[in-house]
Amino acid sequence: MTLAPLAFLIGVGSFAAGLLGSLTGLGGGIIILPMLTLLFHVDLRYAVGTSLIAVIATSSGAAAAYVREGYTNVRIALLLEIATTTGALIGTMLFAHVTKANLSILFGAVLIATTLRSLRPRAEHAILTTPDRWSAFFHLDSTYPTAAGPQHYSARRIPLGFALMLVGGVLSALLGIGAGIIKVLAMDQAMSLPFKVSTTTSNFMIGVTAAVSAAVYLHQGQIDPTISFPVMLGAGAGALLGARILTRADVRWLRPLFTTIVFVAAIEMLYKGFTGTI
Amino acid sequence: MPTRLSDYEVDQAIGGLLRFGVIIAAAVTFVGGVLLLFQHGGAPVARQTFQGEPAALTSIASIFRGAMALNGEAIAQLGLLLLIATPVARVALTLGAFALQRDRKYVVITSIVLALLLYALVFGKA
Repeated sequence: MTLAPLAFLIGVGSFAAGLLGSLTGLGGGIIILPMLTLLFHVDLRYAVGTSLIAVIATSSGAAAAYVREGYTNVRIALLLEIATTTGALIGTMLFAHVTKANLSILFGAVLIATTLRSLRPRAEHAILTTPDRWSAFFHLDSTYPTAAGPQHYSARRIPLGFALMLVGGVLSALLGIGAGIIKVLAMDQAMSLPFKVSTTTSNFMIGVTAAVSAAVYLHQGQIDPTISFPVMLGAGAGALLGARILTRADVRWLRPLFTTIVFVAAIEMLYKGFTGTI
Repeated sequence: MPTRLSDYEVDQAIGGLLRFGVIIAAAVTFVGGVLLLFQHGGAPVARQTFQGEPAALTSIASIFRGAMALNGEAIAQLGLLLLIATPVARVALTLGAFALQRDRKYVVITSIVLALLLYALVFGKA
């Protein structure tokens, strides 16, 4: 295929990915890599770099809105970014030593975990306000806006959250994803933060984590402007539109649709990995 | 203390910077992409096998040089580089805010994150 039609098709696909990822909350980056490798037969090394570009483009717009609304805890984000950026650097080092087949299998496994988690109804745990030694030391206690006014909260098990974030950073760099599933696991489950605070703070951290590995991959020649420019513009525009219509339209029916697409992509990535045909 | 920045003001500034960075990056990438299509739109593309990008598109200095010469590929790559730099600028802004708030612990924490980011951006080695 020549450049013009290829760029057009990749742009349209990325727009759909950004839109669906934003409307369902699963993120736009997660389906970009399977789209590039499975549909457009792009080499995995280019696809990982390009996917990180989509991750930064789709998360930054939403992060700008959330941080202004007061849900994002900037201190928690920065403390945990030490872990995610270190993990991302480790991930870029590991990348050259993992075979494409194994990366494909790992990707499929993370996609399946993400779809399973999105199907499970989430239970909001009690908001913790009792003081915690680590939370107090790092000034992580904060408030977030609710209908009944600002609600105070505190953080728990910070070393465990930090360790999980290190793993999240490694996965983000290896697979070119935001690894939102690990980040929300660390903050919502391990650190017992309110759900809205975990998701928005996670989104806020994704850009910084992805910037580390994207920068390394750019220097290693894994970011190709020909493929990446339509992905960035398409996914970014899709995410922006998604954020605009999310509050007005009833989009619950989209979730099973997008989850099915992600699940099929996961099976295909696993199959290609196990048969070594990626 | 009126001279100290509140967390609210910091949040507004960070949100604004993020938006501004993404818009600039998208505009540059768009211009580069359009030029790239005019310059090479009919050329065949083969990315099935990894060859690695040429040196002209892998270092910050050469990307700027290419963009100055109005090379579409280099301008698009510059837009992508600006997108990658946006979270770095955000962390740098946060560092300044913590310094103004005299929050010493977070000046240290933010400096560590910024150092890791700059190391990746400038040296690109892990």
